[in-house]
Amino acid sequence: MTALTLTDICKSFGSAEVLKDINLTVEDGEFVVFVGPSGCGKSTLLRVIAGLEDATSGTVNIGGDVVNNTPPAKRGIAMVFQSYALYPHLSVRDNMALGLRQEKQPKAVIEERVSKAIQMLDLNAYVDRRPSDLSGGQRQRVAIGRAIVREPKLFLFDEPLSNLDAALRMNTRIEIAELHRTLSASMIYVTHDQTEAMTLADKIVVLRDGQVEQVGSPMDLYNNPCNRFVAGFLGSPAMNFLKKAPVDIPQGGTLGIRPEHLRLQKGGRIKGTVTHVERLGGDTNLLISTEQDEAITVRIFGQNATAVRDVVELDFDSHLAFQFDGDDQRIAV
Amino acid sequence: MNAVRQNRLNTFAAHGALVVYVLIALFPVFVIVINSFKDRRSIFREPLALPNSESFSLIGYETVLKQGDFFLYFQNSMIVTVGSLFFILIFGAMAAFALAEYRFKGNTLMGLYLALGIMIPIRIGTVAILEMMVQTGLVNTLWALILVYTAQGLPLAVFILSEFMRQVSDDLKNAGRIDGLSEYRIFFRLVLPLVRPAMATVAVFNMIPIWNDLWFPLILAPAEEVKTLTLGSQVFIGQFVTDWNAVLSALSLAILPVMALYVIFSRQLIRGITSGAVK
Ligand SMILES: Nc1ncnc2c1ncn2[C@@H]1O[C@H](COP(=O)(O)OP(=O)(O)OP(=O)(O)O)[C@@H](O)[C@H]1O
Ligand SMILES: [Mg+2]
Repeated sequence: MTALTLTDICKSFGSAEVLKDINLTVEDGEFVVFVGPSGCGKSTLLRVIAGLEDATSGTVNIGGDVVNNTPPAKRGIAMVFQSYALYPHLSVRDNMALGLRQEKQPKAVIEERVSKAIQMLDLNAYVDRRPSDLSGGQRQRVAIGRAIVREPKLFLFDEPLSNLDAALRMNTRIEIAELHRTLSASMIYVTHDQTEAMTLADKIVVLRDGQVEQVGSPMDLYNNPCNRFVAGFLGSPAMNFLKKAPVDIPQGGTLGIRPEHLRLQKGGRIKGTVTHVERLGGDTNLLISTEQDEAITVRIFGQNATAVRDVVELDFDSHLAFQFDGDDQRIAV
Repeated sequence: MNAVRQNRLNTFAAHGALVVYVLIALFPVFVIVINSFKDRRSIFREPLALPNSESFSLIGYETVLKQGDFFLYFQNSMIVTVGSLFFILIFGAMAAFALAEYRFKGNTLMGLYLALGIMIPIRIGTVAILEMMVQTGLVNTLWALILVYTAQGLPLAVFILSEFMRQVSDDLKNAGRIDGLSEYRIFFRLVLPLVRPAMATVAVFNMIPIWNDLWFPLILAPAEEVKTLTLGSQVFIGQFVTDWNAVLSALSLAILPVMALYVIFSRQLIRGITSGAVK
């Protein structure tokens, strides 16, 4: 069964078209991540799915029912917001219970589900506190708890980790992945952090300017990006694009090489001068200006003695490079 | 070190300026209150002197309490002020919420129309208002005053509150919608508490002019049983003789309820339960 089917979704605000003909399915139990640059319409798409915004045209189908005219509370969804959005006047426990009370669930059921969520998220010590007395990470866990207790058909996360610091972000990321495994629920997760996208997703949807650029598993997108935008968006450091490449490429096209696929090699096909070195301990990133005056990044595993202003020669395996035509579309080689 | 001293100096200067301002602002009030406890002769001989055993007199208060039904005036003023504030706040907040939250045709136009009331004084329409009140039989009722003051206060209330409501996090309202709260619950339970400081501001701004107004009570509700305090006090000011003891005592008494209301609202002004709601 499919958890969510979007058909020809369009959304305009006045004359601004924010979403254009979005078609998408989310299978049962699938973890789907929406990525894309800021302002591309990720949040808007999520809000259309949640019913907080009406689509201008197209249908939203959740768990087999068309829900275009169903209010958010009846769509069988739960949402976690970037800003937590906890009710300031309620305790942690009541924050979680409110949705169930609104559904008129029996007391025993509410009690049981809330306790289970509190257990699962390790919030025992804080149940009677107000949101203002919690740290950012704790607040976000309460927000996740509020979503869990509703036992929705579909979870929606809108950049839930972007207000957390790096260490906490990693922990919470792992918690969310575990949550997905335990609940085996369908989830849609919006982020512009590509580590989150690559590590959490069963399927990534890359959006640009309100359009779906490519859909696929993380490794699919990494290995077979369909155009230059997707190629440049996933992978860190970003892919290098050379206009004056050492191999034959079509007129106006570009050659794309991932930084990790370049290596230092005497007599290599690319020559350049090191302009900056980033030593991360495990990796070393070299920023190089080529003889053709193009900037490229090289990622070398381990530590390396190369210094700024060194002249280096680089090479790569041709089968790991990508070619794009003048319209930035991928050309199969 | 230097920064610290600089800071102290700044704080000191700021506090100094504020203290001076408070003294200036409170001086007339102070003069009124001390003179209300003096006999007539001492009021004119030494207006700035504190009452002493010789000049102390409660004659003003006695006159005020004997003359007319002072407690009734008090009660009328209180009903009118509190009633008007209640309606201004509730309707103002609801209209502001609609303007800030919902996209509908004519939203901006509606906002501008409501803002027009800020620029056009309601007294221009006095004759028309009086005619309407006569036709609806509301002349000489407190409702006449409450309705007029509500109309007078709404434009600014809507304007200020809608600005504040736009700042309430969308995520919070959306979380409420997803949890199945009605728009009314979202408005009353989530949004109103967060704009409480703005509500208090609006209340304070509206309270004093309503309490002090002489114009509309004189025109719309001059009857004895619906007189407000301000109108009631006018009996002591005659064209030829003014009973200053009574006037000053009446004014001193009139300060008390406003002060009480102010204390209530200013507590709200300061209290911030908003922290930690979002982010
Ligand atoms: N209520 C609205 N009225 C008009 N335009 C809007 C509204 N909401 C969003 N937009 C526009 O829609 C576009 C997409 O916004 P959206 O919030 O979906 O972006 P996003 O992909 O979530 O970006 P970010 O990563 O920064 O959160 C933006 O250009 C934004 O200006
Ligand atoms: Mg967003």
